[in-house]
Amino acid sequence: MATENIHLDHRIIFSIIEPGSRVLDLGCGEGDLLYPLVRDKQIRAQGIEISDKAIQECVKKGLSVFQDDIENSLREYPDNAFDYVILNQSMQEVRKADYVIDEALRIGRKVIIGFPNFAYFKSRFMLFFQGRSPVTKSLPYLWYDTPNVRFLSITDFNDFCDRKKIRIVEAHYLGKKTIVRILPNLFALNAVFVITNKH
Amino acid sequence: MNKKKSESINSNSVGVVETQYYTYAKHGKGHKLESGETLGPVTLAYETYGKLNKDKSNAILALHALSGDSHAAGVYKGEDNKGWWDDMIGPDKAFDTNRYFVICSNVIGGCKGSTGPSSTNPATGKPYALDFPFITIADMVHAQRHLIDYLGIEKLLCVAGGSMGGMQVLQWVASYPDRVKAAIPIATTLKHSPQQIAFNDVIRQSIMSDPAWREGNYYEYGQPEKGLSVARMIGHITFMSDQSMEKKFSRRLKKDQFSFGFDPDFEVEGYLHYRGANFVKRFDANSYLYITKAIDYFDLSGSRLIPAGKSIDVRFLIISFKSDWLYPTYQSQDIVSLLKRRHVDATYCELSSTYGHDAFLVEIEEQTTLIKHFLDKTFNGYMVK
Repeated sequence: MATENIHLDHRIIFSIIEPGSRVLDLGCGEGDLLYPLVRDKQIRAQGIEISDKAIQECVKKGLSVFQDDIENSLREYPDNAFDYVILNQSMQEVRKADYVIDEALRIGRKVIIGFPNFAYFKSRFMLFFQGRSPVTKSLPYLWYDTPNVRFLSITDFNDFCDRKKIRIVEAHYLGKKTIVRILPNLFALNAVFVITNKH
Repeated sequence: MNKKKSESINSNSVGVVETQYYTYAKHGKGHKLESGETLGPVTLAYETYGKLNKDKSNAILALHALSGDSHAAGVYKGEDNKGWWDDMIGPDKAFDTNRYFVICSNVIGGCKGSTGPSSTNPATGKPYALDFPFITIADMVHAQRHLIDYLGIEKLLCVAGGSMGGMQVLQWVASYPDRVKAAIPIATTLKHSPQQIAFNDVIRQSIMSDPAWREGNYYEYGQPEKGLSVARMIGHITFMSDQSMEKKFSRRLKKDQFSFGFDPDFEVEGYLHYRGANFVKRFDANSYLYITKAIDYFDLSGSRLIPAGKSIDVRFLIISFKSDWLYPTYQSQDIVSLLKRRHVDATYCELSSTYGHDAFLVEIEEQTTLIKHFLDKTFNGYMVK
């Protein structure tokens, strides 16, 4: 895989998924994450996406995709229908985030969740010193035009998994171009978690 | 391949085409129908476009809607009447005849060359009229399978169609899942709803309440014109949307002022009258009765499309249109739900057309992109971009 132009989160998710897996990508956009997985790892991929234009781009790439809201798209799937359910950079746009995570855990053996870290140090500075809602590389929107309805930090997500007895299989903390190894809740722009409730 | 060219929709046509005929069940017991009755001999009128490849792996069956026929693309010699899906079937079009072999046949029960109520009953030497047995969508598909056998095609690359054509697509998957590689049901449903049955019944009552219908025995006298044209007018209302009617007609008048009479004042009335009157010239009233009934009987919900606990190796591309209120998008979503439960590989797109149910015939650009690439993937597998 040519890695130089591919986002760090995509590279990490690509490396997590085993060849030949059944994968559901919730909010798959134009299929930029799924396409290399199908091509190089022969996964059986299904995307869910709401945008007209993105759907057309997915079909151009030969991907199978359903035009639907993430929240409406899960209930019909049988338990463990997929090896991986991906929620990359889409969970923060979902209103019923806990329901979606529960459903993803039901229909997927593992769930990969990638989200922007609201507690990134620059966000904290903007809020603390400037008194303004943070605008960062991973949360680039202004308050009035953001698609995001859920703002969470890495610590929030750890607490959530703790409380719901969800097992964290892997956690990756991402800076602009590299992995963050110290104080991720302060220095990571994005996080990618692999979680499961299966034993 | 020149990418830009393949992406664009050009006006290339398959050119001059001819209808062909295939007859089976000439002798013996005939074609056993779902009702238990038999029909025979059975003739299918069909057309083909493009070339069947050596291993017969590039055949696509296009399936027509209620009033369609086998003339899906091109023109007949000396005529300029294009096929009903000419915008979609042809060189470099959605169903690219440079690559694929496209077949379209008239359904049984129809009146465009295939055996139907207006055909001669061999037992009497007269048109069948109401002696024609009741047929179902499954019977139509069963007849098409005879044609596909005759053409020597073991597995169709794809079955595709809108509305009643989409029902036949689903029926192909239900009846012959091993003989279809991909399915494209457009603006259709797993089962006819009470509202849809109700419209069809009003349509039938309109025909049957015309005294000129004569219990179906009108062939010596001419069509029940009044009843059939009103039936078609009802149909046309359901094919359009509130928005498309506003855009097409608004409240525009045919003349400058109200007539204060019952002749058509509004353009929309004139349009419906025109469509009704035209239809009488081209479509048999009894065929309209039989085919609407076949549509009403259609129900592949539950485990009928794919048995519970089973999956099938057929890829789906499902397309619906937001403004279609005759076959609303939820009916296509129901197909999607079923395929999810059965682990079937599928794509679903809800296109934002304002044309209502008619959209499947007129929204060419987005459908072309979707179908072209979907077929490409089905035919060639993944290609490295």
